[in-house]
Amino acid sequence: MKTENKKNLIIQDVEKSFDSVHVLKKVNQVINSGEFFTLLGPSGCGKTTLLRIIAGLEIPTSGKIILGNEDITPLPASKRQINMVFQSYALFPHLTIYENVAFGLRSRKINPDEIKRRVENGLEMLVLGEMRDRLPSQLSGGQKQRVALARALVNEPDILLLDEPMSALDAKLRAQVQEDLRNLQRKLGTTFILVTHDQNEALVCSDRIAVMDNGHIVQCGSPEEVYDYPCSKYVAEFLGAANMITAKRAEGGVDTEFGFFYLDRMPDWNEGLITIRPEWIKISETKPERNGLYATVDDSVYRGTNFDLLLSPGNLRVRTSSYKHFQPGDKIWLELTASDLVALGE
Amino acid sequence: MKDNRILWRGELTTRRTLYKRGFGYLSSGFLWLMIFLLVPSILFIAVSFATRGEWGDLVWKFTWENYQRFFGFGYFGWAPDTLLIMLRSIIVGFVTTLISVIFSYPLSFFIASRPPRSRYFWLTVVIIPFWTNMVIRTYAWFYLLDPALPLAKLAAFFGIIPEGMPLYPNEFAVYLGMVSVFLPFVTLPLYSSVEKLDWSLVEAAQDLYSSRIRVFMQAILPQTIPGLGVGIILTFVPAMATFVVPDLLGGAKYMLIGNLIQQQFDSSRDWPYGAAVSMGLMVLTMISLQIYTRGGKEIEIL
Repeated sequence: MKTENKKNLIIQDVEKSFDSVHVLKKVNQVINSGEFFTLLGPSGCGKTTLLRIIAGLEIPTSGKIILGNEDITPLPASKRQINMVFQSYALFPHLTIYENVAFGLRSRKINPDEIKRRVENGLEMLVLGEMRDRLPSQLSGGQKQRVALARALVNEPDILLLDEPMSALDAKLRAQVQEDLRNLQRKLGTTFILVTHDQNEALVCSDRIAVMDNGHIVQCGSPEEVYDYPCSKYVAEFLGAANMITAKRAEGGVDTEFGFFYLDRMPDWNEGLITIRPEWIKISETKPERNGLYATVDDSVYRGTNFDLLLSPGNLRVRTSSYKHFQPGDKIWLELTASDLVALGE
Repeated sequence: MKDNRILWRGELTTRRTLYKRGFGYLSSGFLWLMIFLLVPSILFIAVSFATRGEWGDLVWKFTWENYQRFFGFGYFGWAPDTLLIMLRSIIVGFVTTLISVIFSYPLSFFIASRPPRSRYFWLTVVIIPFWTNMVIRTYAWFYLLDPALPLAKLAAFFGIIPEGMPLYPNEFAVYLGMVSVFLPFVTLPLYSSVEKLDWSLVEAAQDLYSSRIRVFMQAILPQTIPGLGVGIILTFVPAMATFVVPDLLGGAKYMLIGNLIQQQFDSSRDWPYGAAVSMGLMVLTMISLQIYTRGGKEIEIL
């Protein structure tokens, strides 16, 4: 659809306070043109506020929003080439699907032939052709969401904002929509900015994820980077299950309550935390050469695709494939590979 | 076999029990309406076809004369005075409603945007006039429009009225009084709609490049139609028939349908004609309600 106009979005020192509550604290971030960018965090971390500031629905207390070369901070939402898919979809209940999709184009008084062409395109792209004359109240949640997407995309915005668009869908549909959304973004090449608290959704969809906590972006990187190399305990735990082990720096590795472990990447602290994902811990019958740990199975939970084992010492969690069965009381050797152990920052 | 039990307020019951119980609940209100609305109405219809006796008494002799007079066919040829008064009443009702609606929008948005604590204070301020008798409230305007006070002085300064004259009786004073009486009838139901407003629709309209007018027409107006509808009905119909305000603030020459009816029952002692004019007003009310319900399907009474 679009090729030439590359417009990066620059968030510069953006701060926002509501009364005495500091919601955003000096946020700096560049969002590249054409990428699928996700703001991930728990409720109250400021991600939605940041999205609304980008949309122009909220004015930052200080800082700038720059799109391309233009400072758009003073522009209201209606003057920005940025469109949004609202969490509730916010479809106009008195207008048909066709008129909902045409809404933005009619506001801008685009000529009727062009409106018709673009709306037809949009309806077709999101498989809504048959719904055109219905009212939003006659649609299912998934259909409403597609209307909201079409309504935003027919305006050919520089950036599409998505505010928790999947929170109203059931789990099965959600997985499907996540893939669809990702494919749609690849096809259009439009910058998508997604806000979500679902780490799975963030990992599936995004080119880059910014993990937010308490008004800050604490880590930003590709899904692999943030999942494999979390920078802090907070990021590690937010993106999935993680075993935390307190450690002391030693020669070539760390000393822990379970003994010495080699590390590939040495920490920059003397005392701190190391982490390993449950699915990366290897199980063996015999004592591994390095980084071994002898443990007892306390509990084993069958999850269909895998087993979750709870082991002592240290309440370690291990995820194993489900062909191998373990009973509480079984004694096994674990290997915490040096390349999979990650030293966390403060 | 079809199960004819239905769920009603969380209990299973049959349609039959429901009807029975429903009529039980209805009967008191139904009885009230029968005795105090339906019976007098029927009497009214009867009276409107009766003849006025020489001393203003009722003579039970059937005649069309009252309705002929209503449509302007009098002793001296066709002179549609009553119809003109009716038209003027419609205009007064319409303008009063319109002004009240225009004032009510900002007012209800103002109240709805207050923090919950002070919101009740502002609502009370809107309701307080209800606690005072309408006649007293209307008389109060006499004092406010007194020549010694700024309002009349300002009008005199601009040459609208001669110096030293009060700002009444005139049409302006009538509308002032009417709007002050009927404003709460629009504001309160409108406020109940504004309070429930889904702001994400407003934001969506802004996000989709709408001008302020388009935001109002597409995102706010459709959502406030239920409250607005109630407000319009509660204002237009009584405003059309009101007689206290135009009588006091409009002067003797400013006659509306309400004054005309009152006059027939009072000083003119012409009950049959008064009944006929009342019937005319009733039919007009029903027609306007009919037009109204056809226009807006979902009218929700508070």
